[in-house]
Amino acid sequence: MEELDGEPAVTVIPGVNSKKNQMCFDWGPGEMLVCETSFSKKEKSEMVPSCPFIYIIRKDVDVYSQILRKLFNESHGIFLGLQRIDEELTGKSRKSQLVRVSKNYRSVIRACMEEMHQVAIAAKDPASGRQFSSQVSILSAMELIWNLCEILFIEVAPAGHLLLHLLDWVRLHVCEVDSLSADVLGSENPSNHDSFWNLVTILVLQGRLDEARQMLSKEADASPASAGICRIMGDLMRTMPILSPGNTQTLTELELKWQHWHEECERYLQDSTFATNPHLESLLKIMLGDEAALLEQKELLSNWYHFLVTRLLYSNPIVKPIDLHYYAQSSLDLFLGGESSPEPLDNILLAAFEFDIHQVIKECSIALSNWWFVAHLTDLLDHCKLLQSHNLYFGSNMREFLLLEYASGLFAHPSLWQLGVDYFDYCPKLGRVSLELHMERIPLNTEQKALKVLRICEQRQMTEQVRSICKILAMKAVRNNRLGSALSWSIRAKDAAFATLVSDRFLRDYCERGCFSDLDLIDNLGPAMMLSDRLTFLGKYREFHRMYGEKRFADAASLLLSLMTSRIAPRSFWMTLLTDALPLLEQKQVIFSAEQTYELMRCLEDLTSRRPVRGESDIQQLQDEDIETTKVEMLRLALARNLARAIIREGSLEGS
Amino acid sequence: MEEIYAKFVSQKIRKTRWRPLPPGSLQTAETFATGSWDNEENYVSPWSIGDFGNLDSDGGFEGDHQLLCDIRHHGDVMDLPSFDQERIVTASSTGCVTVFLHRPNNQTLSVNQQWTTAHYHAGPGTPSYSSAPCAGVVCNNPEIVTVGEHGRINLFKADHKEATRTIDNADSNTFHAVTFLQTPEILTVNSTGQLKTLDFRQQGNELSHILSLTSDRVPLHCVDRHPNQQHVVATGGQDGILSIWDVRQGTMPVSLLKAREAEMWEVHFHPSNPDHLFTCSEDGSLWHWDASTDVPEKLSLFQQGGRSSTFLSQSISNQANVHQSVISSWLTTDPAKDRIEITGLLPSRSLSVNSLDVLDPCLVCGTDAEAIYVARYLFFIEIL
Repeated sequence: MEELDGEPAVTVIPGVNSKKNQMCFDWGPGEMLVCETSFSKKEKSEMVPSCPFIYIIRKDVDVYSQILRKLFNESHGIFLGLQRIDEELTGKSRKSQLVRVSKNYRSVIRACMEEMHQVAIAAKDPASGRQFSSQVSILSAMELIWNLCEILFIEVAPAGHLLLHLLDWVRLHVCEVDSLSADVLGSENPSNHDSFWNLVTILVLQGRLDEARQMLSKEADASPASAGICRIMGDLMRTMPILSPGNTQTLTELELKWQHWHEECERYLQDSTFATNPHLESLLKIMLGDEAALLEQKELLSNWYHFLVTRLLYSNPIVKPIDLHYYAQSSLDLFLGGESSPEPLDNILLAAFEFDIHQVIKECSIALSNWWFVAHLTDLLDHCKLLQSHNLYFGSNMREFLLLEYASGLFAHPSLWQLGVDYFDYCPKLGRVSLELHMERIPLNTEQKALKVLRICEQRQMTEQVRSICKILAMKAVRNNRLGSALSWSIRAKDAAFATLVSDRFLRDYCERGCFSDLDLIDNLGPAMMLSDRLTFLGKYREFHRMYGEKRFADAASLLLSLMTSRIAPRSFWMTLLTDALPLLEQKQVIFSAEQTYELMRCLEDLTSRRPVRGESDIQQLQDEDIETTKVEMLRLALARNLARAIIREGSLEGS
Repeated sequence: MEEIYAKFVSQKIRKTRWRPLPPGSLQTAETFATGSWDNEENYVSPWSIGDFGNLDSDGGFEGDHQLLCDIRHHGDVMDLPSFDQERIVTASSTGCVTVFLHRPNNQTLSVNQQWTTAHYHAGPGTPSYSSAPCAGVVCNNPEIVTVGEHGRINLFKADHKEATRTIDNADSNTFHAVTFLQTPEILTVNSTGQLKTLDFRQQGNELSHILSLTSDRVPLHCVDRHPNQQHVVATGGQDGILSIWDVRQGTMPVSLLKAREAEMWEVHFHPSNPDHLFTCSEDGSLWHWDASTDVPEKLSLFQQGGRSSTFLSQSISNQANVHQSVISSWLTTDPAKDRIEITGLLPSRSLSVNSLDVLDPCLVCGTDAEAIYVARYLFFIEIL
């Protein structure tokens, strides 16, 4: 066993007093049953009245959120697409596919977040509003982490490009600037707006220098006194060398240019060119990567990773991925300044900057309330071949373990089980057994649902489960007196024993009522008839009745006889068959030949000779036996007469 | 280029149906209803696809369909035909049949009429009362015919509390769908692959005219009648085979068109261009079948979702005695001469498309992946 990473959270169940009474519980696939026992904690013998309820404790509550359901459903399609990405693809095309998949996942998170945000705004009572808002912040943190992982692990941007990606990342997640910019530009005199310099500073902090320049030109227009220095600042901003995606310059070239530009900025600082305007001076210090000047803007930076990216932008724009963790750690320390301790999100991001994927996933698993995020992220990273597949101590690797957890959560939900199936399919080790266990436990309320469950099992050759589902349905049908339906289900499951049982019910009903029910089924059995002997007999016996009805007496007679001689007919039914032969024996023309009559007689004797000798019997039994004896005698008489006629006829035919 | 709008709705959709247009109206389809299944709480909800061409303030959402209102439905919605412009009938897995009234002016749904015990298991040995799912409903104002999984057929009149006629044990297996052939005559399909007709003008309780797919006993899940030729019927089965039947003759399908291996949940002829039909299936595909022989290669306008022309066709019965001019293009399907173009309308999805409906010129479908897809303009309208 590995040691625990933290104290497990305590869940308080309202109404249960665990101090007074002992508790008992049982594990379910995604839930847990808990109740109080009537045993007191202290005195063992004394029984105390306890809480009369059994509680269902759900672990994965996020599964029940209406909005997150969309996330689960939409990402399911993306997940499947990812599994089908050709393993053969290598290099660039594979990477671009994986990045596209990652972006798809993120856009689903964002869509979900936006909807949750709308709902949070529209919420009527403040409590649910808060709940939705907290969901929004969780989703936004998920997207933030995912995006960073995408840049660092999937995109694997090289030095230079790395910073461009990180800048985009910060711009995407610190987005108050857009509303602020609209606000400032919308006012009559932008440069006099209270937040004008805040806006310019944020733009510079985010590396949006073109926009910052445009702002400065407004300031220059408004106050001719500072127009000169504004222009100088604008020129500095314009000439800052950056790596553009289409550019072919080498990193060394860029580094040289950047050094040159940096020295130029340095010169302006020493010349005190901007001393007259403290705002511009502080901008210059920011552009020089001055840590103190950056930390003064804590409010505008809002978080340490923004600080990190800005700091890198103006001090080391061609930072190598390998050096990131050093800057990240020191940025976090500088930004927090020992005033507060890092939160889970900070730790996760820090672990990502340290390229410690396992730590990222572990921290996320602890911090987030659902398995969706870690399961999908781990799966994606696994497709990037980033996870050494070291087996965990419970027999599967991490990707599989997380997918199993997520899928089990889906199966615990009354309607999301269909999504879970595909996740189990892509767990090579334990997926199949887990799926089998879960499929058996799906409640089958309607036949339509049963058909869907059956299809899933049949596709995967889960014969045991198919049999058990069909049997459940067949039993239900029997209980509702729907014999035809029961028979169909046992035919589908190829369940011979049950088919025999149902066929017997059919035959019994026939004996009682004298007519068949469910003819539309029995008449159209086709090859399915061969499933069990009894079913074959049922089908053939019905065929006999049909022939008889159609007055094809000779065919009917030989079928009847063959049913007995081939031993398909159960012995208990022979008497009925022989009685059925009576009207054929009594027909005007001879139907049974002499030989067939001998066969019939042999059957009759066979039947009567094996009859057990009974001891004492009551009146009812005596009466039954009386009827039986009469029947036998009638049969014997009819058989004898038929034999006589047959011999004469055959003799005369042969003679003629 | 065809545009299909998708919307995730947080409930598994079992049925989608357009609201019928008033006869002779020049409007196009605007409102459809959906019914959910297998949720803790199921709903019947009408949706609007809104005004065409009117951009939303956000700009991007003009294609989205919007929820108008919804009402809780007890049990899974098994079927959802429209009774008239304002009323929808639902079949429930609890055996209950309900008529809902949708008032478009204030967007409310209310129960107009309800038969709570339309379908239940009865007979010796059964527990006092146990409900049986109602599998299908078909309406023809004022008549409503319902068929149950337990083999019962009910005939209701919309304003009568009692069933006009009830036939128990009309099928020894499970009814899956029902449609009208001609007004008093219905056609059902069941779980043993049989088509049966019942004429309500006759008094007997026996269903007549059993047609069946040889001896395969493959369950049939859906049936639709050709809009102009009442004897031509299309069915879809568990093995994914689309069968075309001529109910006037023979007991075998005229042609079998093999699509895929998974259950075909619904089949619909295009109401005004019946040479086109649409099917949806458990494997998540939504297919357009084009049997129009006079339109050659022009259809390549529409290629989204990948074209798949692999099909297998078998002509079984000979129609030498049928006058050539009245034969539907579906009955003459001869793989050597004609082609049926099959086009997939959805990108590959894995979860089942449970229901679809076509109404000039729109198509709607709903899936187990909790998405509703709407196609606004079906391509071939432009060609005609």
